Amino acid sequence: MADINPLLPVSSSDGSSNLTGQATCRRPIKVVVSIFFGLLTVGLFAALLIRNNGPVDYVDVHENERGSLASTAFEKAENLKPVSRGPAAGVSEKSNWAFGGDLPDYPWNNSMLSWQRTAFHFQPEKNWMNDPNGPLFYKGWYHFFYQYNPNAPVWGDIVWGHAVSKDLIHWLHLPLAMVADQWYDKNGVWTGSATILHDGKIVMLYTGSTTEGVQVQNLAYPADQNDPLLVHWVKYPRNPVLVPPPGIGPNDFRDPTTAWLTSEGKWRITIGSKINKTGIALVYDTKDFINYEMLDGLLHAVPGTGMWECVDFFPVSETENNGLETSINGHGIKHVVKASLDDDRHDYYAIGTYNDRNGTWIPDRPNIDVGIGLRYDYGIYYAAKTFYDQNKKRRVLWGWIGESDSEAADVKKGWASVQSIPRTILFDKKTGTHLLQWPVEEIDSLRLKSKEFNQVRIQAGSVVPLDIDSATQLDIIAEFKIDSDALDKATGSSDASFDCVTSGGAAERGALGPFGLLVLADERLSEQTPVYFYMTKGSDGNLKTFFCNDQSRSSKASDVDKHIYGSLVPVLRGENLSIRILVDHSIIESFGQGGRTVITSRVYPTKAIHGAAKVFLFNNATELNVTASLKTWQMNSAFIQPYPNL
Amino acid sequence: MKILIVIIFAFLVCQANAFRPILLLGNQNLIERTCKQTPFYDLCIWSLKSNPESRDASVKKLAQIMVDSLKTKATETLDLIDELLQDGLALDPEMQKALTSCAERYNVIIRGDVPEINEALKTGDYKFAAKGANDAAIEANSCEIEFPTKSPLTDMNKVVHDVSVVAASIVKIIQTKFSF
Repeated sequence: MADINPLLPVSSSDGSSNLTGQATCRRPIKVVVSIFFGLLTVGLFAALLIRNNGPVDYVDVHENERGSLASTAFEKAENLKPVSRGPAAGVSEKSNWAFGGDLPDYPWNNSMLSWQRTAFHFQPEKNWMNDPNGPLFYKGWYHFFYQYNPNAPVWGDIVWGHAVSKDLIHWLHLPLAMVADQWYDKNGVWTGSATILHDGKIVMLYTGSTTEGVQVQNLAYPADQNDPLLVHWVKYPRNPVLVPPPGIGPNDFRDPTTAWLTSEGKWRITIGSKINKTGIALVYDTKDFINYEMLDGLLHAVPGTGMWECVDFFPVSETENNGLETSINGHGIKHVVKASLDDDRHDYYAIGTYNDRNGTWIPDRPNIDVGIGLRYDYGIYYAAKTFYDQNKKRRVLWGWIGESDSEAADVKKGWASVQSIPRTILFDKKTGTHLLQWPVEEIDSLRLKSKEFNQVRIQAGSVVPLDIDSATQLDIIAEFKIDSDALDKATGSSDASFDCVTSGGAAERGALGPFGLLVLADERLSEQTPVYFYMTKGSDGNLKTFFCNDQSRSSKASDVDKHIYGSLVPVLRGENLSIRILVDHSIIESFGQGGRTVITSRVYPTKAIHGAAKVFLFNNATELNVTASLKTWQMNSAFIQPYPNL
Repeated sequence: MKILIVIIFAFLVCQANAFRPILLLGNQNLIERTCKQTPFYDLCIWSLKSNPESRDASVKKLAQIMVDSLKTKATETLDLIDELLQDGLALDPEMQKALTSCAERYNVIIRGDVPEINEALKTGDYKFAAKGANDAAIEANSCEIEFPTKSPLTDMNKVVHDVSVVAASIVKIIQTKFSF
């Protein structure tokens, strides 16, 4: 309580000496002293309150899905139980298994690690890659740039890598397009986008991290617009062209988009940022990509979503089956806003309406707004970016697929990250709420020997091996028919709270699921990655279908991600359940219902590799028999290599 | 009244004294509030307070201090591993294998994770700081479970793991709270 400071004796003694020995003031003395101490007490309480009044929100570190091992017991090897790689709260311990006395013999050997490298997904020859940058089609070539660390298989020292292709599949590596050689990008040549101008010229806007670590936007363009390979790039001598505006933090301003034309004939771009915890998209207009005016309003903002990285903005046709050039607007057109959320490292999109006059956009369905609704991909997929392919009149989507193993393994194998197979994006006319993604058709050119399986009956609780040869480079298209009787008979239940992520994976048996495929599985099923449907029937009789990818038993290794990914997938009356899976060594891309719900995962088996990898159909439901028809193709390598004789 | 003026004066002076602890320990407050949001409060407090730079530090700087602590602890652990490996023939093959694997992991922590976290903190791309910190925890944990019987590194692995987790928590605070 009151601690009268000895350094200030005068006040109290003054006070008391003044108070004592004056008969006329004796009665008021008590009053005065009590007022004094009363005020003191009040003051001290105020001091205490102010001290303790910062909001002490306990940030639930269990939410950190990337392996904050906060509450997991630090298990000793004696217990022979590998520690869950995920948060103890979010992932049930059922998703790990006890080795039961059998120690994993997996410390990564060269055979396991070298197998992991993909055959037909884009990746540099070695080291680290992340975001796709500036994709475009120009003079007969598809160009792809990417965030690259030339020195190590971990993020850092970021520069722009570059590759070209005639068909989005067979890539040829070119020299680095841009390196960190200016003060305004010394700490990183970060993500950016290309715009093709009226006269066919290309401009590139990208984020630089300056020597002081401030995020700014810079302009660059090809050194020689006549070079179809666009090998050399020039930075505008008076960069940066944009710096963080007032009210925006120096670390919250990055990833400028491709520009689109306004009705006034200016070019417009958007850049993601945040204000407190609200994710926002800033808007700028420009005529020359050098001078900009920032619009007063924001393109859009969603509270609680945090920093918006890699914002993308583009039109989709509600009626046509082709992509739209970025500036198109008008009837029968919706606009998509997409953001990569730094906080949870997922890519979200929402469909809505763009107002050209004031540069704003509103979602069709605010309850599934950007950052709180639909994702491009429910697995490991981030920093996605689209471009308009004027060659084939389609909108094509690139996405960065990181690793979900330990960095020690990445260092050992010498590389980290791949890109997804480019996907076309279309508005899903049937649901009106989703986008459809599908691997570009050029990937079909990799198909080799095929095998067809018709009407394979999978009884409840069974596994059916598929006799195909190799199973590490595959394209699988499968359709599942279900007994409608069984669906009607099934009792609606509290299953209705099902969610792939918190479920027990493919081992958790329900009345109407799970059923699907097991890929990268060995003969004994000691390792397996199920890709499957799980149906639930609510007490109101309504059926819901989930599409999931279960990594919990994908590998005996304990230092890889074991989460279960997935989400609800809309299934319309009369539709069969369909899956397409691309298996390419350590990456699995799965497309449910024609690409309405997509899941990409990275798996690192120790046994189900090379010739030991197999594919199975499975049905782990209790009350449902399923009939599957599918076609599988062996996939050729894309022979991605350096551009010859450059 | 003169008395009242004197009393009010005394009151104000005493208030200043009451507030003085807050002014002096203003940053103590930030350290405590930050550490309360990590799962290893004591370790967090100790690591931060034992570094004089934490005195006037921002949350970002506290994260950097934690990463320095991670690097120190990881280096000490690696030194111990190297010492144990030098026993060479005296080691049984299982132990040798585990120690070698641990050495690889700790090399990655020091030369991969720590620089990654530092660059990410400096340039403000915090998700990579989180990635590096989380990976360090996994490497320490993975090292520990490689030993078939008794691990000679249990205590040190635990420290490295816990310091990494604290660092990751602080990064999360930077990401999700208002700050610039």
